[in-house]
Amino acid sequence: MSDVVEKTLTALPSLLSLDSHPGSAKLSSTSKLGNLIRGITELTSKHEEEKLIQHELLAIKEQVSSPNTTMRQMKELMVRSIYCEMLGYEASFSYIHAIKLAQQGTVLEKRVGYLAVSLFLNESHELLLLLVNTVLKDLQSTNLIEVCMALTVVSQMFPKDMIPAILPLVEEKLNHPKEIIRRKAVLALYKFYLIAPNQVQHIHNKFRKALCDKDPGVMTASLHIYLQMIQENPEAYKDLTPSFVTILKQVVGGKLPMDFNYHTVPAPWLQIQLLRILSLLGKNDQSTSEVMYEVLDESLQRAEMNHNITYAILYECVKCIYTIHPKSDLLEKAAKCIGNFVLSPKINLKYLGLKALTYVVQQDPKLALQHQMTIIECLDHPDLIIKRETLELLFRITNGQNVTVIVEKMLEFLCISEDDHTTIDLVGKVAELAEKYPLKYNEWFIETMNTVFSLGGDMMQPDIPNSFLKLLSEGFDSVEEDRKLRLFAVNSYIPLLRGEPGKLPQRFLQVISWVLGEYSHLREDLEPAEVLSLLAKLLDMKNSSSETKSWVLMAMTKLCKGGADASVTQEVSETYSSSLDTVLRQRAHELQYLSQDPELRARVLPRGAKPETLEVDSSLSFLDRFVSEALAAGAAPYKPPHQRQEELDQSKALSLEPYGLSLPISMSSCSITDRQSPTLLSMSSGLSGDTLKLDGIKRVWGREGYLAQREPVEEAAQVEVPSPIQSPGRQGEGDSLHSQTPTQTPTPEPEQEKQQLASSLFVGLASQSSVSLMGKSEPMPQRFRRKAKGQGLGSSFIANEQISSSLISPPSAVDNLLCNNLLDSNNASELAEQTSQLSQSLTTANGTCHAEAELTESDTKGCNPALRRDNCVVAAGPGPHNDPGRLTEVCLDSYLPAELSGLSHSEIAPLCANQSLNLSACHVQKEDSLILVVFIMNSSESAIQQIPAGEVTSYSVAVGQYSLTVKRPAVHVEVVGTVSYQLPAGTSQSLQFSYKVPLTSFIRPFVVSTEEYGTMWLSFSHDTKQNLTLINDNQEPLTATLNALKKKLQLHVVEVIGMEGIVACRLLQDLPCLMHCRVNAGWLAVWLRSPVPDLPDCLIYHCQRALQSL
Amino acid sequence: MIKAILIFNNHGKPRLSKFYEHYNEDTEQQIIRETFHLVSKRDENVCNFLEGGMLIGGSDYKLIYRHYATLYFVFCVDSSESELGILDLIQVFVETLDKCFENVCELDLIFHVDKVHNILAEMVMGGMVLETNMNEIITQVDAQNKMEKSEFFPFFSFSLSLYRRLSFSLPGRTGRHRQKNVSYCHV
Repeated sequence: MSDVVEKTLTALPSLLSLDSHPGSAKLSSTSKLGNLIRGITELTSKHEEEKLIQHELLAIKEQVSSPNTTMRQMKELMVRSIYCEMLGYEASFSYIHAIKLAQQGTVLEKRVGYLAVSLFLNESHELLLLLVNTVLKDLQSTNLIEVCMALTVVSQMFPKDMIPAILPLVEEKLNHPKEIIRRKAVLALYKFYLIAPNQVQHIHNKFRKALCDKDPGVMTASLHIYLQMIQENPEAYKDLTPSFVTILKQVVGGKLPMDFNYHTVPAPWLQIQLLRILSLLGKNDQSTSEVMYEVLDESLQRAEMNHNITYAILYECVKCIYTIHPKSDLLEKAAKCIGNFVLSPKINLKYLGLKALTYVVQQDPKLALQHQMTIIECLDHPDLIIKRETLELLFRITNGQNVTVIVEKMLEFLCISEDDHTTIDLVGKVAELAEKYPLKYNEWFIETMNTVFSLGGDMMQPDIPNSFLKLLSEGFDSVEEDRKLRLFAVNSYIPLLRGEPGKLPQRFLQVISWVLGEYSHLREDLEPAEVLSLLAKLLDMKNSSSETKSWVLMAMTKLCKGGADASVTQEVSETYSSSLDTVLRQRAHELQYLSQDPELRARVLPRGAKPETLEVDSSLSFLDRFVSEALAAGAAPYKPPHQRQEELDQSKALSLEPYGLSLPISMSSCSITDRQSPTLLSMSSGLSGDTLKLDGIKRVWGREGYLAQREPVEEAAQVEVPSPIQSPGRQGEGDSLHSQTPTQTPTPEPEQEKQQLASSLFVGLASQSSVSLMGKSEPMPQRFRRKAKGQGLGSSFIANEQISSSLISPPSAVDNLLCNNLLDSNNASELAEQTSQLSQSLTTANGTCHAEAELTESDTKGCNPALRRDNCVVAAGPGPHNDPGRLTEVCLDSYLPAELSGLSHSEIAPLCANQSLNLSACHVQKEDSLILVVFIMNSSESAIQQIPAGEVTSYSVAVGQYSLTVKRPAVHVEVVGTVSYQLPAGTSQSLQFSYKVPLTSFIRPFVVSTEEYGTMWLSFSHDTKQNLTLINDNQEPLTATLNALKKKLQLHVVEVIGMEGIVACRLLQDLPCLMHCRVNAGWLAVWLRSPVPDLPDCLIYHCQRALQSL
Repeated sequence: MIKAILIFNNHGKPRLSKFYEHYNEDTEQQIIRETFHLVSKRDENVCNFLEGGMLIGGSDYKLIYRHYATLYFVFCVDSSESELGILDLIQVFVETLDKCFENVCELDLIFHVDKVHNILAEMVMGGMVLETNMNEIITQVDAQNKMEKSEFFPFFSFSLSLYRRLSFSLPGRTGRHRQKNVSYCHV
């Protein structure tokens, strides 16, 4: 109910002042989530919270696993689980239910399901595999929102191995008429590019197309990809520089729609992105840079300092100018800009100014000089972040003269910084600086490093102590200097050890013990015994790690000489030779042996030795003999892990091929004697009160009887229905055909808007139906013929129903489906756009096949008993449906026009529904045509007005039927249409639908003699050959296979001679197709010929499917 | 790329957490705590940027935050995002929330956590900025909400007049007045 209230609120702004938001008020008072949250806020301790949540989780768990829980409840449970997870309590039991909800729920529930999944799971979670199928389904959905949700979840997380399964579908979305879908598809592909770059390599040219997309949003999305790719390999995209420059120029020049403005700045985020790309492209490349100078200058000038976001642009501009090949006057302007930043009182800008300075200062140290006073001020700024940034800047301008001051400042900062990250970073920087200039200031260097070690503690990068030790041991050019340095180090460490070594970090202790072990002999007044006892003290400390201990033991090994030291070493080695730590035990044993054997020790650990370079035989060639012996003995050759993995994958690889398209193969043969004109069918249905009466189908011409009675009525009441709008693509050809095209009725403004929304939501669905859509296909004009007749009886209404038909064709949908280029998207989207603008039109979702649909507008008539003037047969008159939910297919069956009810019809499939209408459809096969029957069910409580007059009363059904023919074949034919209707309140609405018919529904047997067959065979030009599987279950595989095909596809077997057979069929009444089959090496070699291009290809596709399904 | 978006209140209670990179449950909680710790001790007159905490990924990462009344909005981003750009994106996000919830306050975020996520999903997708135009975001969210409403009554449909009559008489229309809790000062 809260939604109702919300809706009212939006509809009636005058009431807004009364209450701001009743939605949450309602929720908080009644919902379980509300209770939970209130419970939590009342708690006082963490412990209580934990108890409450655990209790809550138990309750949720119980409920989710109960089979009686509806999806609706499940949705609510998921929101609660999300809340618990956010608080940090695991609700892993609900993961599987989240997936289930995404799978089975209605759109709204699905959305919560997807949301829960994306919050709960991660890319590598095993349950995610269960989601793949749902995503696949939703990507193919006709519901725009489902597609959006699927794309969102795909870009959030998708198992890497499963990408190939959905890649074609996502790619296809790049041609989607709706820009939001295109945009999301681009980002999804970007995600794929990030996690599996080689899998999207083949669509790089599509990225280019996205870059040229007419919608700026899609173009913006594609820049993410380009930024990434250019970062990786700028050389490959130099040719795009002019394009980026042009785009930026247009954006800066305000050529984008006003919508893209943010605080009067045109598309600032887009500008930022473009500037980043340009700086990558122009780096170290004079000629490319020259292209950009002009536009950079312009953006610098355009961006007036008035809002945060302009500063963001300026900052990027400045960075770009300093990155690309320099141009003096631009540099000057940029420097001025930086000055503005640094001097700005706004602290965020100051921060960025410092960052910019840091960036440019290496090229232009003078700039730092200009602002030195500001920099100094910033050093004392209360904001640590600013301080930190200043130090970063100083770090860049350090030289031999100022290093001591800068390092001092840094160490000062280190003392007050509490942030580990900053500490680590700064410690590294100080160490780097100290090592850069050690020679001049020996003592300073050691002292600095001591501070670094004690401050940096155990968090710093391990290479700092390593490089420090390396520096000490390798020494410099002068032996004397080296000695001094080492001696100073030893001197500084002894007091530290005498003091409180327990406070020193482990790393520092390790460094100390190593230095003492190596160099303590340099200090002559120092007895090794004293050092040994100091070191032994370290061993006894509780907090010494075993790593430190082994360093200490090593140092002791180097130092001990026997004699007085022996007792200490003996004790130590005894203690540790039984240690649980193997390394320590090893060291202890070494210490024991080497301390007893000075000669050996001198050889193993020579004093003052220069580090030797070790040679490592990485090819392990010394093992060659062992390997060859093992191989000779019959061992399996070694396979590297990746090879093993590959083989493993191959053996149990998942099939990523989509399963067959779901084709209704219910092709029961229908022998219709009664021929019906495909051009004009008319049908009336009677509606009166709650009772729905449906008239049988009426033919306008062809048979006597009904015709005579109906004709006058019809002629009197002929009303033209708004015409199909011709897209430019088919206008030319249309002219010749559209002799009967009625003219378009202008629609009122508001309705147009609504319809635009509707059509923008649903249009173009046809272009995304299945994988097989990717067949090669040229855009072909479509020809529609449409005749509309309405019956303007007093109380009757004209079904203002727009049926449009479009045939989707993957003409060569056989084996080379995937390798052909995609549909010509321009054409498709152009057509789609057309329809979205013109609300009442025939929707041609893609103009890829040459098809003609001859539509007959049939009339649905509201018939009050008194007014029912035509004496048509009332086919069905079910009682009032009080429960609309029970209006099921079974009921709809009975609405099938009487004339068609004898014929076999496909399952009545629901097309779409909204609050007021439910659309269903089925197709009926007649001998020379295919009838599409559309059931329009008013599921609301109120009557619905149809345009221009009349109504469908509550819970009643209107039926429309349309004859379809195919002029140019395709694997599937999709019919797209719109129903416009009017609510009693006067608002017009429309509902779009699409319906898919397999080509097989259009195929009829073709009876010819063998001679005729022969002549025709020679005259047909389009052919295709393919091997099909044979049915091998009996002795006559050929006959069995042909019979199976005959049964499934309604073919006519002309003759079977030995191992060969000839078969014929036609596409409705005219277009024939001949099939020559021969058994060859266990396969059925099929050769199809037809005068129509693509028919053989489509037919063979269906043959394959038919045989596969056996 | 945006690595995480966190919203928590002045006491560090998480109100929304969305991670675009995988961390395990404990790490996520730690990140929230650490981020709160970092952000909450900063004064009002300091800059809105923080060099990343340890957990979330070191020097390449930044925390960009805004503080509105009782709530902190924190975006954790890597170096490929513009600092000021993100700062304004937060503003767009909050303004969008404000429009969608009509005077958004902390309670809205608590009770409609799914809606907030949906709004966010229209702005940021898989860590990439998808849309920065507030009107467009609202259009998308509205389109979805419309679906919601049509699902709300799968079979009953109200004509608009009926709709109005119904909702007028609904209880709960009047009652609590809430104060506007979020103010748009540029922090």
